[in-house]
Amino acid sequence: MKVRAQIGMVLNLDKCIGCHTCSITCKNVWTSREGVEYAWFNNVETKPGIGFPKEWENQDKWNGGWSRNKKGNLELKIGSKRRVLANIFGNPDLPEIDDYYEPFDFDYQHLHTAKPSKHQPTARPRSLITGKRMEKVEWGPNWEEILGTEFEKRKKDKNFDDVVQKDMYGQFEKTFMMYLPRLCEHCLNPACVAACPSGAIYKREEDGIVLIDQDKCRGWRMCVSGCPYKKIYYNWKTGKSEKCTFCYPRIEAGQPTTCSETCVGRIRYLGVLLYDADRIEEAANTPNEQDLYEEQLGIFLDPHDPEVQEAARKEGIAENWIQAAQRSPVYMMAMQWKVALPLHPEYRTLPMVWYVPPLSPIQSAVEAGHVGMDGEIPNLKSLRIPLRYLANLLTAGDEKPIVRALERMIAMRSYKRSQHVDGVEDLDVLKQVGLSKNQVEEMYRYMALADYEDRFVIPTSHRAYAENAYDIKGGCGFSFGNGCSDGNNDVNLFGAKKQTVRQVIPVTMKE
Amino acid sequence: MSYINMLAFGVYPFIALAVFFIGTWIRYDREQYTWKTSSSQMLESKQLRKGSLPFHIGILGIFFGHLVGLLTPKPVWHILGVSNEAKQWLAIIAGGIFGLICLYGLVILINRRMNNVRVRATSSVMDILLLWLLLFQLVLGLISIYYSTSHVVYGAEGEKAGVMLMLMSWAQNIVTLDPVEAVAAISNPIIEWVFKLHVFIGMTIFLVFPFTRLVHMFSAPIQYLTRQHQVVRKRFAR
Repeated sequence: MKVRAQIGMVLNLDKCIGCHTCSITCKNVWTSREGVEYAWFNNVETKPGIGFPKEWENQDKWNGGWSRNKKGNLELKIGSKRRVLANIFGNPDLPEIDDYYEPFDFDYQHLHTAKPSKHQPTARPRSLITGKRMEKVEWGPNWEEILGTEFEKRKKDKNFDDVVQKDMYGQFEKTFMMYLPRLCEHCLNPACVAACPSGAIYKREEDGIVLIDQDKCRGWRMCVSGCPYKKIYYNWKTGKSEKCTFCYPRIEAGQPTTCSETCVGRIRYLGVLLYDADRIEEAANTPNEQDLYEEQLGIFLDPHDPEVQEAARKEGIAENWIQAAQRSPVYMMAMQWKVALPLHPEYRTLPMVWYVPPLSPIQSAVEAGHVGMDGEIPNLKSLRIPLRYLANLLTAGDEKPIVRALERMIAMRSYKRSQHVDGVEDLDVLKQVGLSKNQVEEMYRYMALADYEDRFVIPTSHRAYAENAYDIKGGCGFSFGNGCSDGNNDVNLFGAKKQTVRQVIPVTMKE
Repeated sequence: MSYINMLAFGVYPFIALAVFFIGTWIRYDREQYTWKTSSSQMLESKQLRKGSLPFHIGILGIFFGHLVGLLTPKPVWHILGVSNEAKQWLAIIAGGIFGLICLYGLVILINRRMNNVRVRATSSVMDILLLWLLLFQLVLGLISIYYSTSHVVYGAEGEKAGVMLMLMSWAQNIVTLDPVEAVAAISNPIIEWVFKLHVFIGMTIFLVFPFTRLVHMFSAPIQYLTRQHQVVRKRFAR
């Protein structure tokens, strides 16, 4: 057993209102630069839809993630190492900018300077890559917002596979939707890391955050193809790949990521998970895709187990991390209540950002009396969101874990309602879903009330121990971004464009 | 004339090579962030894939051909039993094939860089300059094949058969730091202008090397084949 610790995240989709605050704050902090205007380290998709970039879930098209080869070994879907290098001069699995969208801005200045005329002046779009006029904006980061675009296009959504009569969901009365906020999964078995020819992408041992060494990245762009979630973005200006950093400077200081901190729906949870690093490959290589969820649960370790604690200490995991693991909301939701599920476990990357499936459409249907009851709990078969759709999204098509999660959430509501409204304790409903009274009270505290201190249990990292502080004393005070080089000037001999100067500044164009 | 020969083929190569080595070293040491392939594939993929593969195959073949052909000492060829003539034919055929493959790719890439709006807008001056420089050099090399062929076909016994040996001698004397011998070898009036210009432009490519995206060739990720899939970094070695 080799214990490692990771900060994981859970998103409670049941409470996501699709406000995009996470995306915007993330963008303002991390990707408001030229070259990554098109990149959204965090984005919110309306499902069903093909998503961002287009059809990212369709691995027949993009070849992201892992697959088992003929010998039964794990192999990147883009190919063996030799094939990866053979494709280095022209990557066949690389999305183009139009698969994301051509970044644009509007000529707002024209509204100020337009001469008096018969018609109102308009601010017209302009490409942020070429600086040229865009006659029509064809696609954007959130084009399918609240079921935008026609169903014919949205039904290419890979999660519709094996959903019975999917065309039915194009009808107005039968339609359904849910929000899916997405960020880097900081996987236990990251495909981007494995695909990087330079070895520039790495997983941090101390907290599991996956980062790209910007100095070491050479722009071979294989990571973009390797990542099945398409959460690595190639910066067309710097020629380097960039990705979600899990706001590691904040995490190190014990603060939640920007997206979590600013989430108005309080849907995001951050906490420590202890796992057995020795069993990663075995778990990721499970023959049956539908077992991957259980296998991943299997490598998470119980932080209350004294043996695990001892092993963790031996690995140098700090005491406050072990304590945090015991109070981790992520551990509770994923392991104890089993209401949180991984996003597309079939990619075999063992993702570490998990999701609580959405419930709301069910409950309202129950109240309206449309749904048959199954004991104390509504029959989930007649839900608005097809179980199969959620299963394709979160459990590689296995409906049982989805049913368990949804039923437990319904049971929690039902129990609390009878407790508060009728003043009785409805223990039958809890029995049916296998929860204890204590557990459901905890679930209520964490999932319904969701206090800040309960949602974010992030131990500060022990930098003072991790680095030899004496060596860096008096080393580098204030610099201009080139280490502590004193030979910094404005001219770069080596052809790099200045990051702080925008090439394309939208101004009014004479036409 | 001898002054110009000395300057162009005795002094200039050392300036170019000095800038090449020191510039590359400084860039690697101080400006890692700028060390990259500068791929523009995500802005335009179709033409790139059509052009980039033949370009790279061609230029790699040409590069190693020149490396081996110019710098292998004459006695080694002798021991290997490769005659002068055979070597020249090898150079002409292999160089011609790889040259044409490279030319095919390069023309596609230049067309793409000049005419694709997105690629053009995000190109630096050096990106464009470099492509034209490579094209010019490649065309010179292909033209020189005409002369080399005539050397072997019509003058196996004649004096022109020695042109290739003279160029080899120049290159080998440059790397063994003997500019006087090198200039003496290349000053021979029987060497046609195209060879000399080709050598000069070749040196120029060395000169601009550290300031272009060419540096990415030093980062050819061969070690990827032997490394483990996953990379985990520790803060410090425990």
